[in-house]
Amino acid sequence: MNEPIIEFKHFGFQYNAQAEPTLYDIDLTVRKGEKIVIVGPSGCGKSTLAHCINGLIPFALPGESTGTVTVAGKPTKEQGIFELSRTVGTVLQDSDAQFIGLTVAEDIAFALENDCVREPELHERVRKAADMVALSSHLLHAPSDLSGGQKQRVSLAGVMVDDVEVLLFDEPLANLDPATGKTAIELIDEIHEQTGAAIIIIEHRLEDVLHRNVDRIVLMDRGRILADMPPDELLSGPLLSENGIREPLYLAALKYAGVAVTPDMRPSSIRTLKLGENEKRAVSDWFHSVPIPPEPEPQPYLLRAQHVGFTYESGHKALRDVSVDIRRGEMLAIVGTNGAGKSTFSKVVCGFERQQEGEVTFTGCDWASLSLKERADHVGYVMQNPNQMISKTMIFDEVALGLRTRKVPEEEIRPRVEDALRICGLWPFRNWPVSALSFGQKKRVTIASILVLDPEMIILDEPTAGQDYRHYTEIMEFLRDLNAKGVTVVLITHDMHLMLEYAPRAVVFSAGRVLADDSSAAILTDPEIIAAASLKETSLYDLALLCGVDDPRAFVQRFIDHERREARQP
Amino acid sequence: MKKSPVKTIVAIGIGAALFFVLGRFVSIPSPVPNTNITIQYGLLGFMAVLFGPIAGVLIGLIGHFLIDLSWGYGIWWSWVIASGVFGLLMGLAGTRLKLGEGEFGGKGIAVFNVSQVISHLICWVVVAPILDILMYAEPANKVFLQGLVGGAVNIVTTAVVGTLLCLAYAATKPKKGSLKEEK
Amino acid sequence: MINIFNYVDRPSPIHRLTGATKLVCLLLWTFAAMSTYDTRLLIAMAVLSLILFRISKIRVKDVSFLLVLMTTFMVLNNLLIFIFSPQHGVSLYGASHPVFRITERYTVTQEQLFYHLNLVLKYLATIPAVILFVCSTNPSEFAASLNRIGVKYTIAYSVALALRYIPDIQKEYHEISQAQQARGIEMSRKQNLIKRLKSASAILIPLILSSMDRIDTISNAMELRGFGKNRKRTWYMARPFRTADFIAMAVCALLLAAAIVLNVVNGSRFWNPFT
Repeated sequence: MNEPIIEFKHFGFQYNAQAEPTLYDIDLTVRKGEKIVIVGPSGCGKSTLAHCINGLIPFALPGESTGTVTVAGKPTKEQGIFELSRTVGTVLQDSDAQFIGLTVAEDIAFALENDCVREPELHERVRKAADMVALSSHLLHAPSDLSGGQKQRVSLAGVMVDDVEVLLFDEPLANLDPATGKTAIELIDEIHEQTGAAIIIIEHRLEDVLHRNVDRIVLMDRGRILADMPPDELLSGPLLSENGIREPLYLAALKYAGVAVTPDMRPSSIRTLKLGENEKRAVSDWFHSVPIPPEPEPQPYLLRAQHVGFTYESGHKALRDVSVDIRRGEMLAIVGTNGAGKSTFSKVVCGFERQQEGEVTFTGCDWASLSLKERADHVGYVMQNPNQMISKTMIFDEVALGLRTRKVPEEEIRPRVEDALRICGLWPFRNWPVSALSFGQKKRVTIASILVLDPEMIILDEPTAGQDYRHYTEIMEFLRDLNAKGVTVVLITHDMHLMLEYAPRAVVFSAGRVLADDSSAAILTDPEIIAAASLKETSLYDLALLCGVDDPRAFVQRFIDHERREARQP
Repeated sequence: MKKSPVKTIVAIGIGAALFFVLGRFVSIPSPVPNTNITIQYGLLGFMAVLFGPIAGVLIGLIGHFLIDLSWGYGIWWSWVIASGVFGLLMGLAGTRLKLGEGEFGGKGIAVFNVSQVISHLICWVVVAPILDILMYAEPANKVFLQGLVGGAVNIVTTAVVGTLLCLAYAATKPKKGSLKEEK
Repeated sequence: MINIFNYVDRPSPIHRLTGATKLVCLLLWTFAAMSTYDTRLLIAMAVLSLILFRISKIRVKDVSFLLVLMTTFMVLNNLLIFIFSPQHGVSLYGASHPVFRITERYTVTQEQLFYHLNLVLKYLATIPAVILFVCSTNPSEFAASLNRIGVKYTIAYSVALALRYIPDIQKEYHEISQAQQARGIEMSRKQNLIKRLKSASAILIPLILSSMDRIDTISNAMELRGFGKNRKRTWYMARPFRTADFIAMAVCALLLAAAIVLNVVNGSRFWNPFT
């Protein structure tokens, strides 16, 4: 076995500003060249653990610690943040914040510049690092010319110029579409093989991380390590689902079919999964036993966009001949890569932008003459980041804002705001300041502040971005309840699970056009659409093939129907 | 907790970028037809109080310099310097406040606004016009009136925008004392 | 939006000068133009800056927007000065040669016209130089240049950060503003000024608060990559000085020297043809 590179011994940590410790009695060893994943729900302490490795704790974020952490044989306390940065390279979740150079080359060079590396070595090393992440033809590009995946690769190159021994990834998949996420995991794996650096990935999208082999999974909850074992073992046990981590979908399906998962089935990835004839039959039988739910009655059209074309002032043609019909009471997903036109489409619907071609009608009326504010009475738009919407200090005032600007009398405002707060589960907090709420609760505040205007339809941009499984389920179940109350819900998303589980129908955008408009199950089993929209085939499809199910598409649909009926509780 | 020097550097960079965006692209219609007023001094007052005099002076200088550079009407050094001085004075005033810890009550509002009025008067009625006369030999009555009008507008915008920003920021800092859920 | 500073990438002798050289030249040049009212020197500088413009291969259409702005600004400022101080020239030059009379106060004199001529020349000597600097200097080189001329690298880097994040912040402002307008916040003339300012704050508050988070994340990212560990740092975009750089700086230094000498010889900042 290789020698240890990181060692935690009876380590505990408490932030100065907090009443309780965030980490308790951590014992963890990472050896040179190992690849491990750390999973756990939000607030379990996994990010704090990462900060202890790269030195942000204790050097930038002060607090009290017990026990020791050593990196490369030396306690971190005796090293500085700078000394540690030579051993540990950190790739942050927010690649826009980590990208500090004006161009790709400058950003990769950043650490070298700080080390006073001179010409010609400086250019040489930047070129080498850029080569490793396949960006050498983009050296002079500005961040605004790059996709999310490319920015992340720049961040990676920026820490690899230093020949670090540990690469630490903080939620590397959070802001990427499924296909790019898959590529990112492959790239991390290649770099692992080429450099032999130890890799630590913090992520709650476990199934996506396991696209490539890892040595161990560390499961954390409430500041403690609950499990530290090889993936095949952990995935065979109940620990993950008990602790709010989403299991891979193919394993969920196996469990529904009554198959007992064991480590020798190699369950850590659908590619390695081995099933015997009995298990395969069990899956197939289960598939045939799930009842088919009745088709819902088609409702009248709520919003119709017909042949809509839109070109930005810059000349960028963002929408071409887009026609989408949305029926009253639907819950629908709009998917596609960045720049495919899905955001532009919702902006045109809300009136943030005006289309040059085609028309948008709402309950049969042409919308051309309606202002932004007037449209907002019918269609509400919820931004991805609630912090970008909240401008009041108190929750009540925030939710009341839209009514007050519409000059609704104050005595009418109170009951309406209170209703919205009740629907959104915020009633107990009605007199709280917004700042006391969690991210997920803030999201609800923004939804409440839209609902209070009583719109027939709401559009949500990435409603669950950055949320762990528990919060994800909470938000989505809430939206489903809302939908059941008659509100039409449109979800703009990258998240395939979300699409599968919550949106019966999905519209796929690609290069400004509607590429497909079908059931989510159909879309996620169609290889051509998957490739064009930067999606990823669902592992359920592979499982169906593995088990010799005659109709894999129906299998996926049946899985969703089953889950929906089970009405999973968070 | 001591503030890391890197954080101040980043605050200067982001502050200057915000100052630039507000000064260059965001204007609201003024009561005088066909003129607009900008609100970047409310932001500068807030940032200076929060991050201190050095950050204040540099956000003002860099932000204003970049605005002049992008408009292309030459660099109007006298006004660039005056913006820096405003940041400096508000930064000094900020040492009397504890905005970083989330304290901004009635006393905070009073100190902030008295300081901003005095600072604006010093900058636009004293510093900018005198530099205009020294550097560009412009007539005194013109530059003083310009300064007076500009200063008055900035005082009003800082009073509203700056105060609201400070209040909003203070509200995000965790307060001691417990919040109870209500049924 | 991407190119707010109008950088035009075109190979020319001016573009080949290092950013540091251009920054030094810009400073020397604007100080020279600012300190003197000697008509002869101003004419020389105005002509020279037009020649430089030719050399830089920057076309009028690249900068037409800037030229319109500059002309408007120049006309307005001249008008204001005349309205406020129609006899400023008389007091500066110590003589009065009336040309024609509008009212008693607004009698146009040769001295006033000459003063305005000098003002216009000052613009013509300064503004093309600033535009030239803006159009021919890669923003990436700017921070390195500041550091080279003696500004502390940490402060130089904050300028680079400002340039880096202006487009991001602009985009974020735009998005927040749209979402808030949908909720009914407006800044139009329909409301009084204080209300308008409050509306503007409703858009600003989310922007500023998310910028505060951004500051935390960016400073962590920078510390993790060793920013601030040494007293110096190198710059990827820095280029070595060549002969042309030294010549350019020398010429600009000479111009500033000339301005100072002329101020001494003339006995004031004004070259006075009237006495």
